[in-house]
Amino acid sequence: MTDNAGTITRNGLWTNNPALVQLLGLCPLLAVSGTVVNALGLSVATLAVLMGSNLAVSLLRHYVSDAVRLPAFVMIIAALVTCAEMLMRAFTYELYQILGIFIPLIVTNCAILGRADGFARKNPPLPALLDGLMMGLGFGAVLVLLGAIRELIGQGTLFANMHLLFGDVARGWVWTPIDNYPNFLFAVLPPGAFVVTGLLIALKNAIDSGAEARRARAPIERGSKRVRVTGKIT
Amino acid sequence: MLTPSSPHAVGNQSVQQVMFSVWAATLPGFAALIWFFGWGYLINAVLAVATALVAEAIILRLRRRPVWFFLGDGSALLTAWLLALALPPLAPWWIPVIGTLAAIVFAKHLYGGLGNNPFNPAMVGYAVLLISFPVEMTTRWGIPAALATEAHSLLDSARVIFAGLRVDPALVDGMTMATPLDVYKNDIATLDAAELRAEPLFSAGWRVYGWEWVSGLYLLGGLYLLWRRIITWHIPVAVLGSLTLLALLFSWNPDLRVPVDLHLLGGATMLGAFFIATDPVSAATSNRGKLVFGAGIGILIYVIRTWGNYPDAVAFAVLLMNFAAPLIDHYTRPRVYGEGRS
Repeated sequence: MTDNAGTITRNGLWTNNPALVQLLGLCPLLAVSGTVVNALGLSVATLAVLMGSNLAVSLLRHYVSDAVRLPAFVMIIAALVTCAEMLMRAFTYELYQILGIFIPLIVTNCAILGRADGFARKNPPLPALLDGLMMGLGFGAVLVLLGAIRELIGQGTLFANMHLLFGDVARGWVWTPIDNYPNFLFAVLPPGAFVVTGLLIALKNAIDSGAEARRARAPIERGSKRVRVTGKIT
Repeated sequence: MLTPSSPHAVGNQSVQQVMFSVWAATLPGFAALIWFFGWGYLINAVLAVATALVAEAIILRLRRRPVWFFLGDGSALLTAWLLALALPPLAPWWIPVIGTLAAIVFAKHLYGGLGNNPFNPAMVGYAVLLISFPVEMTTRWGIPAALATEAHSLLDSARVIFAGLRVDPALVDGMTMATPLDVYKNDIATLDAAELRAEPLFSAGWRVYGWEWVSGLYLLGGLYLLWRRIITWHIPVAVLGSLTLLALLFSWNPDLRVPVDLHLLGGATMLGAFFIATDPVSAATSNRGKLVFGAGIGILIYVIRTWGNYPDAVAFAVLLMNFAAPLIDHYTRPRVYGEGRS
């Protein structure tokens, strides 16, 4: 039942995207996507935890009995989240303070537990690792996109405070299209996150149904309807 | 529109006629707003209506609905108009534009268009604006004409509205202030009622103060709608009754809280009670339900104005009761003819 690498990649990034299709992990998705730097920080942490947990769960899949698998998975995830939290505290202390409770809350991100139980526990380590990477990237891409849209509409900047993540070289990255932009608080507050997420989901569905319609409209090649029998039927 | 309760009979007035009557009923109040507070209201209304028509046409096009048929029913126009009446007259031009977009695109069409919106679109637009731009939405109200130090023309209003931050601050200060409700609520902490009433805003008397006239004319427009049977008496009476009752109970001492006359006439109460809360789509349906719905709005207006952070509360009160309307409908279903009393 192992999928090939292409299917895993497509699932994670698009067809089964954790944020846009499975709608898992909405709590961090909505809460800390106010700016690009917050979104990027959280998505990197989530990605690391997701890959680690998928790998560990897959390696241990023959040794954990079904009855206790969920507590076991949660312990693994919690251990990895603790590592991620300590790393962020050590290297990006200010961002760690801004993200606050949402780093420990990665433990309860059901996208991670969902991948552990739904994929990693039935698959060998390499596909599981790839699935973690792609699901994490899919989740992170939506998170960063959401952060960019909300930052741009909400406070009129893009890539503000990136030095929290990349050090002093990133201080000049901030881009301000309009001077004296009046803050659009609605986009900064949680309702804005809900609305923008809804619009992103609608956009994805529109792209999918557009592609579907194009496939259906594509003319069928002449003559290809008939099955040609070249061999001799005996 | 499928009503969740009887009567299911179709009235003889078309949507267009109803919308036009409601619009016409606001005209006296609108004229008074312009008379007392300047041309800002007219500019607001033009901006909001133009935005609404363009947004409605684009969305109808996207949804593959007949554009001219739905544009012609006047519902988008009325939504924008009611929003423009509620907005501060000298706010920057993008305030009515953003508010109208939120009302038409998000509150109306994303929920399925006219007849399907669970929330009053104009009030959604207002709430989005109030949450997003608290400063612009509370400080850019007009000074009553009689109190202004010099007369201001249509051009002055347009300059304040369109020039944004580059406009001379003295001009803005000379034309704008907070609403009387806001002023009273903030200043009563340091002054007593007699001192406050002696201030020019409150002592100028009936001829110039403005808000009483506007509210009175809204009341008149509301009575016209009652007479035309476009609205029933239940919601306005319940809103005004519960608000008056609470104000008499808790605001009997004008040295502590905003007194009852300001609650009824100093803010958006009349506009809300007759024109906003009576929206047939987002309100409760049965007569008993309307009484509960209206009373809830009145109570929430008083509670938010008195113990909340916002100076006026009609939008939030209406939206919160919109949430409750399906529940109210569920528990106030009229007895079916022939069914025994329980």
